[in-house]
Amino acid sequence: MPVSVTNSKLIYDALKECDVKIMSALPETWLVHLIRMADDDPDMTLVRIAKEEEAVGISAGAHLAGVNSALLMQNHGFLAAINPIVSLALLYKIPLLLLISYRGHMGEKDPWQTQGGLATEPILRALNIPIWHLNTPSDIHRRLKDAQTLAHASLHPVAILLSRELMWEE
Amino acid sequence: MLRSDALQAIYPELQENIVVTIMGAVAVELYTLGHRHSFFYLEHAMGLASSMGLGIALSLPAHKVIVLDGDGSLLMNLGTLSTMARYKPENLLHIVFDNESLLSVGGFPTATAKGTDLAGIARSSGIPNVLEAHTPESLKEAVTYAFASNTLTTIVSKVEAIGPKSFHMDLPLLENRFQFKRYLESLKHASAS
Repeated sequence: MPVSVTNSKLIYDALKECDVKIMSALPETWLVHLIRMADDDPDMTLVRIAKEEEAVGISAGAHLAGVNSALLMQNHGFLAAINPIVSLALLYKIPLLLLISYRGHMGEKDPWQTQGGLATEPILRALNIPIWHLNTPSDIHRRLKDAQTLAHASLHPVAILLSRELMWEE
Repeated sequence: MLRSDALQAIYPELQENIVVTIMGAVAVELYTLGHRHSFFYLEHAMGLASSMGLGIALSLPAHKVIVLDGDGSLLMNLGTLSTMARYKPENLLHIVFDNESLLSVGGFPTATAKGTDLAGIARSSGIPNVLEAHTPESLKEAVTYAFASNTLTTIVSKVEAIGPKSFHMDLPLLENRFQFKRYLESLKHASAS
């Protein structure tokens, strides 16, 4: 499977440096290595959810309890979580570190991913959620740290869009 | 049983622990019994009180977390039962007040009025300890048993579809949020020192 182990590891290490202790996830192809790394790490609590809405609640609880978390999801999972992002995270000023695999964007071969790809950025912008694209390995460390810093300072969700160039090795 | 009587019966346990409630009647009735900084009222995001409780329970394993859920809310997020059951935090107690209706929005019947069995769903989802308590006394006993067992527990309590006259709470959402966070942080610092 040509999902980049190297770049997944860079992302995972950056999350560890952000002191992320709880990671919620629903499997998707680009995220497999990240999920395995979290599962193999005794210091990480990996919460395998049934639907992405739950992840917003889990991260809200963790934040109020003073624990850093990250939400790992496909962009269709983000679409599934919009109501809680609005009516929990935005309403109650909860910072969220959303790591979203950006399926359906340039290079996508699966037709079923393409509508979600088209909708992702416009919807993030409509929700006023700042976006960092992760396209190159050298950006990973700085951009993840800066995204978390902004989330905590603004008490607001931020989105990291994981690109095909970063996650998929052709 | 009236939910307000049920809450009254377990208020001593509630006030000593972290509590996350759903919106509407449950929140107002608990608030009316006496607000504590350890109470968080999730006034929207229906279905997610249990997910929040799970996040808190995993973050603060030394402290008990009680979620006050409802049939309408739980039916919106049934996956939460399988997620809680998967991780089985010992410090999480999930109480579902089942009034078989969406009381705050007109009292329309939920599926539990037509046979859906939330305790059965909880059991089949893998919640290790599922109890049913339909009187204030039996609810209090169930809570005591759940605490003593140190096992993830869901208690389903059938209650009447009767709520408060007013849903007003003199507590802005963000005040509740920051107050609650400060309370949880004080627990964390206390257990760290």
